[in-house]
Amino acid sequence: MINSLDPRIARENISADNTIAPLTEMDNWETYEVFHQKKRGDQHVHVGIVHAPNAEMAMLFGKEQYGRRGLSVNIWVVKTSNVFASEYHDQDIFETVPEKQYREAGGYKVMDKINRYKKENKI
Amino acid sequence: MNTEAIKELLYKMADDLLVLGHRNSEWTGLGPILEEDIAFSSMAQDKIGHSQALFQILHTLGEPEPDTNAFMREAKQFHNSQFVELQNDDYDFSTIRHFLFDHADQLRFDSLASSSFEPLAKVARKIKGELKYHVFHADIWLNKLGNGNEESHARMQTALNHAWNYALGIFEQGPFEQQLIAENVFEGEASLQSKWLAVVSPIIEKANLKIPAEKDWAPVLGGRKGYHTEHLDQLVNEMSEVFRIEPGAEW
Repeated sequence: MINSLDPRIARENISADNTIAPLTEMDNWETYEVFHQKKRGDQHVHVGIVHAPNAEMAMLFGKEQYGRRGLSVNIWVVKTSNVFASEYHDQDIFETVPEKQYREAGGYKVMDKINRYKKENKI
Repeated sequence: MNTEAIKELLYKMADDLLVLGHRNSEWTGLGPILEEDIAFSSMAQDKIGHSQALFQILHTLGEPEPDTNAFMREAKQFHNSQFVELQNDDYDFSTIRHFLFDHADQLRFDSLASSSFEPLAKVARKIKGELKYHVFHADIWLNKLGNGNEESHARMQTALNHAWNYALGIFEQGPFEQQLIAENVFEGEASLQSKWLAVVSPIIEKANLKIPAEKDWAPVLGGRKGYHTEHLDQLVNEMSEVFRIEPGAEW
């Protein structure tokens, strides 16, 4: 018998030659991607993954892992296998030649300032 | 307002939550998978927190301060139902107990939110969201395992059969039942039990499980009066071991 200092283990009378069974296919659940929203109107932000047998349970676990500290109003979970992702070897599609800066969205940042100004001055 | 009646109500609730919170926390590190281990442990902590809030109210009514009250009593001084002190067994029984108890707990606090005893009503309103999440969690697991494979279904049905009469013991009536109802402190155990039956029955049915036949119902009573199984001795000893080494220690 395993003689443990932990009374929970000691109570179980576990045989000392107890071997760990190998994992079978059903032992591994799928993963779900978790998206967390801090307040209404905000974007949902990807915060990590959880293992779960279905979407409902993924939501429970997502709430627990990522939503139990700090503010949360909403959670999305998406099966990882449903995410269609680009390949890293295609990373060069994001490269752009320098003289096209006029087409980049950097200018939109000024909207944040304008909106903040409007809000602060109640315009 | 009848203070003795309120104390009796608070003690049975606080002890149920403390004992079940401790039992559920025994799964910490041993849960079926990491995510569930964290979720179940977190809810166990919630329960201890809810019991602490009730012990705090008891303290304002002249009872010992919460830690002393929780850790210095003997098993026979506990007012919890026998249901919550039973050993965890496997995850099937723990899940069934979590489901049956937490629904009763949620309905109890839900009705206490409008209690004429304001301190208790305040606690009930404060913990509403946590209780909602607890039953949310319980319902999803019950449904998943009840409708899982043949083994999970059979194990859940066996656990439900075993748990049922103990669960009915949650609603053991106390000596002050009529006064609490008359003073609008609490709606009473009989009313609570019928609400609970109406809520859990369809969820159990949806999980493809069967409530034992009514002719076999025999509530396991006595816990509220201090009659307990040997499991509570074991639990109280383990739970208070460290506290009792140095009762006045600052943590």
